[in-house]
Amino acid sequence: MKSRILAIPYIVWMIIFTVIPLGLVIFFAFTSQSGEFTLSNIIAMNDYLDVLFRSIEFSVIATIICLILGFPVAFLISRLARGKQGTMLMIVILPMWINFLLRTYAWMTLLEENGLINRFLGLFHLGPFNLINNSGAVILGMIYNYIPFMILPLYSVMTKIDGNVIEAAQDLGCSGFHIITKIIIPLSKQGISTGIITVFVPSVSTFIISRMLGGGTNDLIGDIIESQFLGNSYNPHLGSAMSLVLMVIVLLIMSLFNQFGSEEAVI
Amino acid sequence: MENIIISLKDAIVEFDGEQILKKINLDIIDKQFVTLLGPSGCGKTTTLRIIGGFQQMKSGSLYFNNKDITKLPPHKRQVNTVFQKYALFPHLNIYDNIAFGLKLKKLSDKEIKSRVQEVLELVNLIGFEKRSISSLSGGQQQRVAVARALVNRPKVLLLDEPLGALDLKLRKEMQIELKNIQQELEITFIYVTHDQEEALTMSDTVIVMNNGVIQQIGTPVDIYNEPENAFVADFIGDSNIIDGIMRKDFLVDFAGNSFTCVDSGFERDELVDVVIRPEDIKIVPQIQGAITGVVESVIFKGVHYEMIVDASGYKWKVQSTLHEEVGSLVGMNIEPMDIHIMHKMEC
Ligand SMILES: Nc1ncnc2c1ncn2[C@@H]1O[C@H](COP(=O)(O)OP(=O)(O)OP(=O)(O)O)[C@@H](O)[C@H]1O
Ligand SMILES: [Mg+2]
Repeated sequence: MKSRILAIPYIVWMIIFTVIPLGLVIFFAFTSQSGEFTLSNIIAMNDYLDVLFRSIEFSVIATIICLILGFPVAFLISRLARGKQGTMLMIVILPMWINFLLRTYAWMTLLEENGLINRFLGLFHLGPFNLINNSGAVILGMIYNYIPFMILPLYSVMTKIDGNVIEAAQDLGCSGFHIITKIIIPLSKQGISTGIITVFVPSVSTFIISRMLGGGTNDLIGDIIESQFLGNSYNPHLGSAMSLVLMVIVLLIMSLFNQFGSEEAVI
Repeated sequence: MENIIISLKDAIVEFDGEQILKKINLDIIDKQFVTLLGPSGCGKTTTLRIIGGFQQMKSGSLYFNNKDITKLPPHKRQVNTVFQKYALFPHLNIYDNIAFGLKLKKLSDKEIKSRVQEVLELVNLIGFEKRSISSLSGGQQQRVAVARALVNRPKVLLLDEPLGALDLKLRKEMQIELKNIQQELEITFIYVTHDQEEALTMSDTVIVMNNGVIQQIGTPVDIYNEPENAFVADFIGDSNIIDGIMRKDFLVDFAGNSFTCVDSGFERDELVDVVIRPEDIKIVPQIQGAITGVVESVIFKGVHYEMIVDASGYKWKVQSTLHEEVGSLVGMNIEPMDIHIMHKMEC
């Protein structure tokens, strides 16, 4: 009995902040302006398929790069002395304390045609290069914003890997490469899949970053959804339908990925 | 001439500016069971890690069959280790843990299978192949760790307190098993322990260490009967260690009396440590004793009684199959050959 009473605040919280909003999204997605049931909002998604695919493509690329960059960083941090680990983690997390708009503006001033990077290269009579307003800049923005979400879960599993186990592998004949493939990757699997999910999910619904760094030609599904609620093409019904479709796609990809992940565990 | 397989020369190791190993010199004879014995923190694991390749020395060098391997990385050494905390691979089952080294050597599946089977038999774990590491008891994990190292047929096997986590009975069984394995496979074992009894019963050679310095190297019998200094005497079996003065060759003063002894070659009136084993003291009626004292306590220890006898302040430890009443006055006699005279340790 007692445990049920304790669960009440949690249930109320869930109802107010999860169930009701989700219900509203579904309701709006399947109704017209006049409140009648319709599938036209969902069907209208057809016009935005290219944006949707672009979002998925960019976030897959960003996730892979986050993994490739984050993996060695997390491992190196996990092998430092205890005291230094905290400091290094701080450095990883610190940028997240700055508002992401500010951080993205900072990137704009770096990447612009008259930005710091081009001016610096200009000293050597290089450039100016076209560093901003392209897909690369958008992906860079995603990586920069979300890489801590890759490093943290990786670090938290890697720090539990016993140094003796790595030494045992060396003792039995493992060179550096085999230590990574036979010991560190298998023992970090949980962190890898958590990291992939925590980077991919926010990446795929990214907005504003893409508009600021993509120059208007690289808008993502997040930007389109936002403009249905706040922009001039005000249409919460279409926005809800898009959110719903995006959510379903993310869930599908995640479940596919999980399936794949657990198959991998057998090997 | 016996073949020296591993030789450590002038090894110095420092952690945070503190010398942990102070110029260690070691020769390990091929196919022997060699034990590193010493109290906790004396540098046993560190010494083993040098041989395994996991610990860099500040200075010094390591030879394997007369070849300098000081700089050779661990995965290229013909040495395998059983780690102090087992260090089994948690993501692999028993079979894959043991087969790990063989798979890296790219042996055929058939060969791997038969060799794994062979060591599983050796350590009594047939039928455990598919079990996960976490489902094993401490003793079983221990045996997997031994099997995982042995299966590679190393020239030298390093074992770091491999029986530390086991209860007394299992430890005794495993001691016999390990000794048999060592003799059967004719592998050199370098075995770390802080249990003196374990060291004495299993080894061909015992190396006693303290504070990063080797105190004595010898056979178990040598170490027990002729300890080179008071530390070794005290560490190997309980000893009575008393201050004495060497009057001249074969005559020593201690406990307010002069005793004939078998040692010579000390300076006249040199201050020495006199070491006497508890089992070498004979309890006699008070008037016949060279030393007299009051029995303070009596503890039954199984085969013998252990008494503490207070003789004008110094508390003697005496072992005997008979015991006296607590509080009674007794005499104690010591045979000349049971009196061991040692130079004072320089501190
Ligand atoms: N990585 C390290 N950093 C700093 N000090 C260390 C390190 N490794 C060992 N030491 C110190 O070196 C000394 C010797 O350690 P070692 O592990 O060799 O002892 P041991 O003889 O194996 O002891 P035990 O019987 O407790 O295992 C200890 O005082 C220990 O604190
Ligand atoms: Mg140790």
